[in-house]
Amino acid sequence: MSRPLDEVFTATRAAGRAALIGYLPAGFPTPQESVELITAMVHAGVDIIEVGLPYSDPLMDGPAIQEAVDLALKAGTTTDVVLDTVAQVTAAGATAVVMSYWNPIERYGVERFAARLADAGGVGVIAPDLTPEEAGPWIAATTGRGLDRVFLVAPSSTDTRITTVCSVTSGFVYAASTMGVTGARSEVSSAAPALVARTRRLTSLPIAVGLGVSTGAQAHEVAAYADGVIVGSAFVRRILDAVDHASALARVGDLAAELAVGVTR
Amino acid sequence: MATSSTLPHDDNPPGHFGPYGGRFVPEALTAALDQLDDAFQAAIVDPAFGAELAELERTYTGRPNPLTPVLRFGELCGGARVFLKREDLNHTGSHKINNVLGQALLTTRMGKTRVIAETGAGQHGVAAATAAALMGLECTVYMGEEDTRRQALNVARMKLLGAEVIPVTIGSRTLKDAINEAMRDWVASVDRTHYLLGTVTGPAPFPTMVRHFHEVIGREAREQILAAAGRLPDAVVACVGGGSNAMGLFSGFLDDPQVQLRGYEAGGDGVETGRHASRFSTGVPGVLHGARTYVMQDEWGQTLPSHSISAGLDYPGVGPEHAYLHDTGRAIYESVNDDEAMTAFAALCRTEGIIPAIESAHALAGAMRLGRELGPEAVIIVNLSGRGDKDVATAAAWFGIELGHSESM
Repeated sequence: MSRPLDEVFTATRAAGRAALIGYLPAGFPTPQESVELITAMVHAGVDIIEVGLPYSDPLMDGPAIQEAVDLALKAGTTTDVVLDTVAQVTAAGATAVVMSYWNPIERYGVERFAARLADAGGVGVIAPDLTPEEAGPWIAATTGRGLDRVFLVAPSSTDTRITTVCSVTSGFVYAASTMGVTGARSEVSSAAPALVARTRRLTSLPIAVGLGVSTGAQAHEVAAYADGVIVGSAFVRRILDAVDHASALARVGDLAAELAVGVTR
Repeated sequence: MATSSTLPHDDNPPGHFGPYGGRFVPEALTAALDQLDDAFQAAIVDPAFGAELAELERTYTGRPNPLTPVLRFGELCGGARVFLKREDLNHTGSHKINNVLGQALLTTRMGKTRVIAETGAGQHGVAAATAAALMGLECTVYMGEEDTRRQALNVARMKLLGAEVIPVTIGSRTLKDAINEAMRDWVASVDRTHYLLGTVTGPAPFPTMVRHFHEVIGREAREQILAAAGRLPDAVVACVGGGSNAMGLFSGFLDDPQVQLRGYEAGGDGVETGRHASRFSTGVPGVLHGARTYVMQDEWGQTLPSHSISAGLDYPGVGPEHAYLHDTGRAIYESVNDDEAMTAFAALCRTEGIIPAIESAHALAGAMRLGRELGPEAVIIVNLSGRGDKDVATAAAWFGIELGHSESM
C-alpha cells in the first residue's frame, strides 16, 4: 500500500528536499517490463510514481510520450492492466497515482475506477483535461476513498482560477511550468518560479512543477522553490533509446539517481 | 442579425447542451477560452461587429446564396418538392466561410496575429487560409497525411493563399489527429494565436460560437422557403461530420416543431463492417477533443478509427449539440453508406448540372430516402454544403472515369 501523498511531502520537507515524482506509462514497452522499470525508478529514489494510462488521443503530450503510449496500446494495455500495474508497483513499495486523460476513466465508470484504484493501493489521480467545473462526479467518487485529486495550474491561470483549482485539489498542486506539451527542454521555463510563488500565496498545498525537467541540474534548480519535481518524458526517452530491457532498466535507474541527488537543496 | 436565436434548450448551463458539451481541456487553455468567450459575447451584442460581418457576407462571400428548386432531382426523391440551399456557391465553395470570417474578425479584435486550423476535406483549411489572407493574419493548417493525399487540390489552394500546411503523420492521419496537433500548437502559442476551429465541436465556447456564425444559413433558408413554397418545409436535411452546416440549417427551424430535422452521417462501407463514421449508431457518450458527446470508442474509452469516402465526415466524434438533439428526439440521425452517397452524387450531376461535395451527397442520399417516405406533397430543403470540384478525382476513380496521364489524379 502506498503512503498517502501528504505523508510523502511531510517527510521530504522534513528532510529539507523536494519530492521526486516520476512518470511512466503502464504497459510501456510491455506490461511486465513497465512494472520492472517503475520498480527500478522507485528503488533509485523516486518518491511518487505517476502511472500513465495510455490513451489514443494524448493531446497534451509531445512526441516521446505519444510514441510510448502508442507502443503501450499496441502491447494490449487496457485500464485493467493499468490498475494491475498500480497494484504490483505499490506492492513493491511505490507511492502511486494514476495520470490519465478523462475519457478512459469515464468509460470505465467513475465509481468503479475509484474503487478499483483504491483497492490496488493507488493514492490519487491526475487528470490533466478534467476541469473543476466538470469534476463533480469525480469529487464524489474519490471522497472517502483515500484518493487525492491533483488538478493543474498554468502560467496563464489567473489568481481567481488558481483559487478555484486549489479548492478541489488535494495531495499536491501540479504547476505546469510551460505553455506547451510534455517533453524535455534545455531550460526550465522562466515562468515556473513566478507561477509557484503566485500559487503559494493562494494555497497551503504542496506544489510540484512539471513539464520540461530532464536533468539533475534542472531538478536542483526547481527544488529551490517547489515542493516536488515532476519528470516524465526524460524517463520515457531513456527507454525509447535503450537497446534492450536490461539497458532500459539501467538507464532509468541512473536518471532517477541523478534526479534524486538533484532534488536535495 | 447580431444575436443568437433563443433556442428551446438555451437554458442549459453555459457551454452545455443537456449533459453534453462543456470544457475538458488542459488548464493552460482555460484563459484563452475565457478570453474567446468574452470576445464572442461582446461582439454579438456590438452592432459594429454585426455590420462588419454582414458586409463581408454580402460583398465577399456572396450572400444571400439562392435556394434552388430541383425538380428533376426531386423526381428521384419520391416526387417531393426539393430545394437546395446553395452553400456551394459561397466564395471558397462551401459553408465553411461563414464561420471563418466571424472567427477571423474576433481574432483581430483579440489582438492576435496568427490563426491555426485543422482540416479534413480541406474545405475548412481553404476557408481559414482565405480569411487569413483577407485580414492579414498568419495561417497554419494541420491536415492528416491521408487527407492531404485524398484532397491534393485543396492543399495546393491553401498554399496559394499563403498558408503553411502541415501534414500530420501520427495516429490515423486524419481529421482527429489534425485536431490533436492543432491543440498542441495552440497550447504553446496561445499568446498570439487563435485556434480557428472549423466545426461545432471542441470545448466551450466553440460549439455555440461556430453555430452562431452559421445561423445565417437557417435564417436565409427559412425566409426563402416561405417565399418560394408559401409554407415551412416538412423536413430540412444536412450531412453531419462535426455538424456545422447541419447546425446552421437546423437553427432556423428548431422552434418549428412541424419541421423535421434530419442529419445524415457517414455509413462508410456499412455500419455492420465497422468501417464507418456512424457515431449515433455505434458511439457512446464520452469526451473527445474537449467536449462530452457521442464518440466512437472501444470498451476502454480508446477512440476508434472512423472511415468514410468523404474526408469531411470522417471523424469519430460529433458536435455536442447534435448529441443533445439526438437524445431529445428533436433531430433524427441516420447513416448513408459510401455507395448510396455516390449514387446521389451522380444523380445530382446528371439531373441538375450541379456537382456536389461528397459530404453533401450524403444529405442528398438522405433526401432521396426521406422523399420516398414523405411523398410528393412534401417540401424538403437539402443543405448543399459544398461543391464537388475537390472531389473530382475521388469520384472519377469511383465511377471508373479515365483521367489521362496525371498520376496525382
